[in-house]
Amino acid sequence: MSRDKSSPQSSSLSPGSRLTTDDPRLRELVASALAEAKQQGASSAEAAVSVSQGLVVGVRLGEVETIEHTRDRGLGVTVYFGSRSGSASTTDFSPAALRDSVRAACAIARHTAEDACAGLADPERLAKVIPDLDLHHPWNPATEQAIAIARECEDAARALDSRIANSEGASLSTHEGLEVYGNTHGFLGSVAASRHNLSVSVIAQDESGMQRDYWYTVARAPGGLEDSAAVGREAARRAVKRLGGRKLATRRCPVVYEAPVASSLLSHLVSAVRGGALYRQASFLLDHLGKQVFAPFVRIHEQPHLQRALGSAAFDSEGVATAARDLVRDGVLLGYVLDSYSGRKLKLPTTGNAGGVHNLTLDPGPDDPGLNHAGAGLAGLLRRMGTGLLVTELIGFGVNIVSGDYSRGAAGFWVENGELQYPVEEITVAGNLGDMFRAIAAVGSDVDTRGNLRTGSILIENMTVAGS
Amino acid sequence: MLDIAKKTLLEPAELGTRELERLFAALTAARIDYADLYFQHSRSESWSLEEGIVKSGSHNIEAGVGVRAVAGEKQGFAYSDEIGLPALLEAATAARAIAHAGAGGESRVTSHELRITDHGSRITALYAPLDPLASLPDDAKVRLLERVERAARAQDPRVKQVMASLAGVHEVVLVARADGMIAADVRPLVRLNVTVIVEQNGRRETGSHGGGGRFTYAYFTDPVAEGFAREAVRQALVNLEAVDAPAGTMTVVLGPGWPGILLHEAIGHGLEGDFNRKGTSAFAGRLGEKVAAEGITVVDDGTLPERRGSLNVDDEGTPTQKTVLIENGILKGYMQDTLNARLMGVAPTGNGRRESYAHLPMPRMTNTYMLAGGHDPAEIIASVDKGLYAVNFGGGQVDITSGKFVFSASEAYLIEKGKITRPVKGATLVGNGPDVLTRVSMIGNDLQLDPGVGTCGKEGQSVPVGVGQPTLKIDGLTVGGTQS
Repeated sequence: MSRDKSSPQSSSLSPGSRLTTDDPRLRELVASALAEAKQQGASSAEAAVSVSQGLVVGVRLGEVETIEHTRDRGLGVTVYFGSRSGSASTTDFSPAALRDSVRAACAIARHTAEDACAGLADPERLAKVIPDLDLHHPWNPATEQAIAIARECEDAARALDSRIANSEGASLSTHEGLEVYGNTHGFLGSVAASRHNLSVSVIAQDESGMQRDYWYTVARAPGGLEDSAAVGREAARRAVKRLGGRKLATRRCPVVYEAPVASSLLSHLVSAVRGGALYRQASFLLDHLGKQVFAPFVRIHEQPHLQRALGSAAFDSEGVATAARDLVRDGVLLGYVLDSYSGRKLKLPTTGNAGGVHNLTLDPGPDDPGLNHAGAGLAGLLRRMGTGLLVTELIGFGVNIVSGDYSRGAAGFWVENGELQYPVEEITVAGNLGDMFRAIAAVGSDVDTRGNLRTGSILIENMTVAGS
Repeated sequence: MLDIAKKTLLEPAELGTRELERLFAALTAARIDYADLYFQHSRSESWSLEEGIVKSGSHNIEAGVGVRAVAGEKQGFAYSDEIGLPALLEAATAARAIAHAGAGGESRVTSHELRITDHGSRITALYAPLDPLASLPDDAKVRLLERVERAARAQDPRVKQVMASLAGVHEVVLVARADGMIAADVRPLVRLNVTVIVEQNGRRETGSHGGGGRFTYAYFTDPVAEGFAREAVRQALVNLEAVDAPAGTMTVVLGPGWPGILLHEAIGHGLEGDFNRKGTSAFAGRLGEKVAAEGITVVDDGTLPERRGSLNVDDEGTPTQKTVLIENGILKGYMQDTLNARLMGVAPTGNGRRESYAHLPMPRMTNTYMLAGGHDPAEIIASVDKGLYAVNFGGGQVDITSGKFVFSASEAYLIEKGKITRPVKGATLVGNGPDVLTRVSMIGNDLQLDPGVGTCGKEGQSVPVGVGQPTLKIDGLTVGGTQS
């Protein structure tokens, strides 16, 4: 522990301290962990340290319900003895805990097997330049201000309609964090980021029963949040619209996934083209590289360097530089989602996706001559569908990535001539993901940018809807 | 247990009764009704095998204190991952601010004198306070996983991939409440899982099995571990033959054990105290009403020895109990933590749980199951002309307000003219919580609890739970297949 002696207790963040964008103490802690690993005989090592803090305020029926002050920290280290590895993590930043964690990781590495693909990312792939992606906009609102915002949001929801009978409350949360990653190839990078979120969930009630729905806004900078009253009104509108939901008779029909639930289809795509699923032969998209997976109009691409976006990152969780790329172009699968390990297993270079994808975006399309651009949002998609099901909520886990079999609980609306007819619930939508991807007929321009998977509403031509 | 907890959590930080009293004095300002400190030290590890070798392992330590002050319905909360007086005093100051966030009454907490009550020693411990991580040398953990892999591959040449993982947790908790009560618990938890992929003529299918509970790795003897592997392979091979599942409403027979996830989703969440106090559950205000067919009794029981969902005391220090939720079809009770019990004017039921010191407790299930009925399972199958027999499930989810729930089968068969015929692909079953149990027409005599791998998520917090049930026949459940 050669470097530790010169950096004793200073490695722990004292309570109450503000985060800075590039905390030298965290860099020093990463360096200490790597030095300790070398000291204990590791041939290489990587370490990550994170600290974050935040405030979460909950208001229900106009009254404060919870005030939570969050403050988290963690240190994780992975050591390599040749091609054997072990990992450990701790929430204690003391030199003794750091030493113990490295020791625990080394003890594990003595028992794991030789694995030729294991190890750090190749040095030439590590990020050399780290662009500023403008992700850190701390807020630190006074508690009373946070309460006022949440209350305004919930008040607007409750005032919208007399059928809003109850509430699960509104919540404002604000977080900022700093993460430092380093490895023994000499990489040391840090990212400071913030995230602010306002959400509300209300209950509408009439003689048919109760229905709950919610809405939220999320942004890196407080100024990026939607108006709080508008968020409340949207939640209330959605809850009221669901009143009187019925079952549908079992049928085959086209289905539109509303943008907020359509992103789940992108997440299934990612699960199926992840390196881990491919080298285990656990994916219905095995050996589909270069093949037609979607209709020819479909383009799905990664945008890791979007300013202020929620999925942006300059380097992935093993220090590899991220880059914009097309995952699917003209409906053809052009790449996989790989980290260094799964890349080596598949004899392909890493795609900079250790830890996941970055702002994966399904572009709207195709251009429909019958509709002007403004009409290509959800309403345009429904007109194009004519008669079918609009899905606004999915529940359950009925997705099998190995076979592609898909069957999930759903709620939404029955649509005729492009117009909502009545709410439906207690139904399932089912198909096979391979068929569903090929049957995507249109993607709306109503792109939901509130997450890392970005898409507008999606029209799928033919699915089985099970009900009564 | 209190001694172990004090040695682990309080003594290293030089926290004695005097320091705790000082903390409560700082925490219980005017208008505070209740306050507690939750000390936790958790060590966990996991080992995983794939492609025939144990490739990775990890060791994790999580320690900290959650500090909570309650005023009426309002909760102030802060936590610290440093267990020490200065950090705790700061957290207490932050949590106490809840008292000023809106109007409130007089303080009802008058005493700051701690009267130590060790619930842990007043009841028979439900599990031994052992450290699973130390219960087996590391090389034996690796050999155990290798044995699972060999057993799976030996079972059938169509097995192409075997993934197995072994995980253990040693958790020590201590709850100190402003009313003077101190309780502690030492909670071992282990789990062994195996997933296989089989292939035949280019078609690939999976099967999974696993088990565990609150004991050490000694539970995973060779026959137990090899049994998990064989069961995973059996399920995967069944799925190789499966045809598309039917779509529509039909009679569904659920097998015993893990299919009890039905109870967890369809009624369990809806009977948690917080949703009922707030009136947001489809079951709110229905105590005493008939919500299930005659003969149906459902309990939540945190006192089953060594079960995954069991606790000696919950995360607020309340001893766990067996709570009757539905008795002979009638809704009898809700599951409560201290906050919701106080606000509803009932007694806590030992269901106050939290994921960790960094989360607020709330009413959560422990082990939720239905008592056995009188029918032979074979007689139940024989009574169905056309329907679905579902015996293994993935996960489930519920909308507690509308009552609509789903759970997804991973092994199911068609029933035709009283006989189990072809296996069908996993389908999602969807239903309505408040009425699904009224459609139960036969209850088996074969109550089983699940093997011990369930994890429940609520408001972003995960906790280990158990479920169980006998074979059940439900008239009219929607099956979400593709064959209409």
